[in-house]
Parts: sequence; structure tokens; C-alpha cells
Amino acid sequence: MTEASMIAPPSAEVKPKPSSDSIFRHARYVAAENPVTGLSFVLFMIIALCALLGPYIVPFDPLASDTSATLQAPSLRHFFGTDLLGRDIFSRVVVATRLDFVIALASVALVFAMGGFAGIAAGYFGGWTDRIVGRISDTIMAFPLFVLAMGIVAALGNTVTNIVIATAIINFPLYVRVARAEANVRRNAGFVQAARLSGNSEFRILLAQILPNIMPIMMVQISLTMGYAILNAAGLSFIGLGVKPPTPEWGIMVAEGATNIISGEWWIAFFPGLALMIAVFCFNLLGDGLRDLVDPQRRT
Amino acid sequence: MLLTIAKRLVTVIPTLIGVIIVTFLLTRVLPGDPAVYFAGPAATPQSVAEIRKSLGLDRSLPDQFIRYVNDLAHGNFGNSLSTGQPVASEITSRLPASAELTFFGLFLAIGIAVPLGILAAVKQGSWVDHLCRIVATAGVSLPVFFTGLLLVYLFYFELGWSPAPIGRLDAFATAPKDITGFYLIDSLITGNFETFRAALSQLILPAFTLGIFSLAPITRMTRASMLAVLASDFVRTARASGLSGRTVILTYAFRNAMLPVVTTLGMVFSFLLGANVLVEKVFAWPGIGSYAVEALLQSDFAPVQGFVLTMAVLYVALNLMIDMLYTVIDPRVRLEA
Repeated sequence: MTEASMIAPPSAEVKPKPSSDSIFRHARYVAAENPVTGLSFVLFMIIALCALLGPYIVPFDPLASDTSATLQAPSLRHFFGTDLLGRDIFSRVVVATRLDFVIALASVALVFAMGGFAGIAAGYFGGWTDRIVGRISDTIMAFPLFVLAMGIVAALGNTVTNIVIATAIINFPLYVRVARAEANVRRNAGFVQAARLSGNSEFRILLAQILPNIMPIMMVQISLTMGYAILNAAGLSFIGLGVKPPTPEWGIMVAEGATNIISGEWWIAFFPGLALMIAVFCFNLLGDGLRDLVDPQRRT
Repeated sequence: MLLTIAKRLVTVIPTLIGVIIVTFLLTRVLPGDPAVYFAGPAATPQSVAEIRKSLGLDRSLPDQFIRYVNDLAHGNFGNSLSTGQPVASEITSRLPASAELTFFGLFLAIGIAVPLGILAAVKQGSWVDHLCRIVATAGVSLPVFFTGLLLVYLFYFELGWSPAPIGRLDAFATAPKDITGFYLIDSLITGNFETFRAALSQLILPAFTLGIFSLAPITRMTRASMLAVLASDFVRTARASGLSGRTVILTYAFRNAMLPVVTTLGMVFSFLLGANVLVEKVFAWPGIGSYAVEALLQSDFAPVQGFVLTMAVLYVALNLMIDMLYTVIDPRVRLEA
């Protein structure tokens, strides 16, 4: 690929406008080889729908308690049963999708902006930029990541926004590494030299030439880290950080049901945990599928 | 060999400095004034100023940093706000509980993952291989606190095989004499098998929870690197020379395949130390993770800071050990250095 990009005319690496037909055929070929990716895409659509429409389609108010129906096992009326306060768990699980999804999405967007840009700059400029960015990454990597996230939330304050920030910071090194490597191989590619010769500023080359070219690989990275971001945010709220009860959120719902597990009311923790697991599983599979599509060499 | 180790030790220094700076900054960017917090609700501006002075908060940031490093050098992590106890002693007394859990979990994971990965690579496409793939994909998607709760439900409530998740020992057993702080080892040394059994039955479920979590990366890596090694020329030569399959796989391929696996252990430790916190919460395990969580919820920052620092230093030390292990396994690393 570098071989080709060396001699390619400016910006030509962003595909010589392949007919959408061939992209589609390629996607179908990859999907056929790995049907699991298709499944994960369906799951993703369901999750996205729940996040968008959740509050409008659930049968019960997720916050309304009903003292006459506490700790009920799953039934036709309450698909996932009810909790200690008689709240409908199915409604809470569905409504929680939006918050978990938004936390993950926001943190991934934030780290994409920070880590992606720092990584491109490090790979493109090299030298001191590279050294400073590398040092910051190394320092973050010197911590067990979840522990660092705990520390950051504790320091910045116990809010949802800070959970987003903490999750973004611990993912920073991953984005830097990918963006740096991809920008580095292209720093002297033909199209970059051409752009430089025609008088573009370095900053403009970074944003207009390098960034679009590494976008596909960054998209894969985003989808791979989405699962981890959800897991991390849920873990933080499980130990009581960020999201406050009675807000429905998967991690905190599992924590609420934890005490009931030993007395046998499994459904309170089980269904939110299952939803969490499916969401993470879906993003991991989707990421693997996307990677196969974008970067066939790394297919396992 | 010694030179390699010395060189590697030197690279730890900037990392440690980075870690200390970050943990220091974490407290100083705290929103709100710690002095006001310490002084309590009925404080006058005068007493707040006094406390600020006694805490050294009126000094410049570099000055405060030097004091912080000086305190650390003397093993002073500060005092907990809620209990008034020094953080350092609390962490030292709780650390063995966390360490025992983490290491036992890791050994369980390696014990399952490495053979599974080897089998999957040797018998590519068989049911073992498919099992391996399922484990590798499902393992990374499982929230560790969720797996822990499922295991508690299954083995405590449904089957009644394991004791209630209430810490390291049940109410009837007495703790063994404190030698290493690891209950399993201490009870064996003192020959107290009753306690050993009790401690093991408490430990097995949380350790297994941690194990499942780290199973995925180890299995995936073992399989991938075994596959690569098995396809290499020297393995073909060994086979062609008529060596038995066992010798080829265990003596020739396995040792070479272990290198990338050992490297992955660094990442696995990062996960493990984080997951440890969640598992400790689920199983009411009296380790440093649950100590930090309790402190976090009370906005008691000194224990959290001590905890983050301890974990980071531990993690740096573990990575160092992994690198040492690397030189033991692979003589080439020694030569390169």
C-alpha cells in the first residue's frame, strides 16, 4: 500500500472512486465469509433503536415504583421481573441503553479528537512532538487502566461527565499508537510531497491529506474501543461512581441487584448484566468485522 | 545478563517519575478546597487558613510536590479522613489479600489458557479450536462483576457448593499466623489444613472470576503464536528428523511460542489489577481495591491516591519482572542488549 501511495497523484489514495457496487460486493463477500459480522450488525441496529426510542416504547415508567409488585420473577407482565422497589426491570434495561450508549460514544469521540490528533501530529512531525506525545502515552500506560480511571473520577469529581473524560483518557494511548503509525508511513508519500510543493501549510496537509487517509483504520479502532468504553463506564458505575440512583444504567443496576443474588432473586442483576454483555460483544464483533473489511491483512 | 537487568532498571525511573507526578496532580486539581473539607462545616475563615497552612496548601505547586515526594520517600501516604488511620499501614495490611487473589486468578487462567491455546493450534479446525475461539471472543466481552455474580448465584445459591461471598474466611475459621500474608501459604506452613480448606473454598470463586477475564487474551495469543511457530522451518526440520510429535511441540515449538505470550502478560496484568477492584467488591474481599472504593464514595482522597500509586508501582514492577522472564526464556534478548 505504501508502495502504491508513493507514486500516486495527490490525494489519490482515498480510493480512485471505486464504484459503490464494488465496495458493496466486497462487503458482502466479507460478510458471507463471516456471518457473525452480519449478526453483530443486526444487534447494533437493535441497540441503536433502543437508545433512540427506548423511553417511548417501554411498557412502564422506569422510575415508577410499585410497592404491591416488588421482587417479582419474570412474567408476561414484567418480562424481566421487578426489583426491590417494584420497578419494571425490562423498562429500565431498555431505557438505560441510551445513557450507556451516549457515555461510550462521547468518550470515544473525545479520545478520537485528542488521541487521533496527537497521534497524527506525532507520526507526521516526529522529533519533539513525537517524544512528548510518546511520554504522555507511556505515563498513562504505566497505570492499570481501570485504576487510573477510578483515580481520575475521584479527583475531577463524581459525575457522568468525568466518567466520559476518564474513559477517554485511558484509551488515549491506543489511539495515539494507531494514528501515529499510520501517519508515519505517509509523511513522505507522493501525495503529501505534492501537497507540500503546491504550498499547503503543514497543518493543512495534516487535516486535509493525512487525516482522510487514515480514517478507515481509525473507524475500526473506534468500534473496537466502543465495547471497552461501555465496559469501563459500567464498571465505574458498578462501584458507585458517576451515575446516581435511581437513574437506570446497566452497571448500577447490576450493583443494585448484587445483594439479591445471594437470596436467589437473580433477575435483578442478570438482565442488565446480559444487556451490557450483548452490547460489548456486539461492538467487539463489529470491530473485528470492520477490520476485516478495511485491513484484510490483519484478519485472524 | 546483569548489565541487561541494570539497563532495564534505569528505564523504570522516568516511568516512576511520571507515575508520581500524575498521582500528585490528581489531588491538586481536586475541585473544592481540601482545607475547607478538613475544617468541617463549622469552620471560620481563620481556622480554614490555619489548616491550609498546616497542610502546606499555601505553598507553591513545585514546593508542594517536593514535600509530597519527601513524604512518599518516608513511607508516608497521608491519613485517611474517615478513619484517621495512616493510609500506608492500611494498604500494607490489605495488600496480601489482593495479591493472593490476583496471583491465584492468574495461575488458574494460565493453567487453562495455555494448554487450550496449544491444543487449538495443534488441532486446528477441531472442536478445541472452536472452543478456543468462543472463549477468546466471549471472555473479553464479559463484565467481570457480572460473571462474579453469576458464579455466586450458581455455586452458592443453586448448588450450595461454595460458601457465602463474605471475604477471605467464614466466621468459623480462624486466620492463620501471619507469615507471608497469603492465607493459603501460611496455613500450609503452620500445617493448619482446616484453615487451608476454608481459605481455598473462599478464594476459588473470586479467583476463577478473575481467571475467566484474563483467559481470553492468553488463549488467543498462545494459539496465534503456536500456529506461527508450528509453520516455521525449524519445526519442519525437527519433524523431518523423526522427532516425536510430543518433543517437537513441547520442546521446540512451545518455548519459542511462549515469548509473545509472556509479552501479553503485561496487558493481562493491567486488566487484572483493574478487574481486581470489581471482584473484591462483588465478593466483599478485604483487599486494597475495596478499601479504595469505600474511600472513593466518602470523597476520602488520601486512600485513593495511595491505592492508585500502589497499583501503578506494582504494575511497573510486574512489567519489569515480565521483561526479566523474557531474558530467561530467550537468550537472544540478552545478546541484543
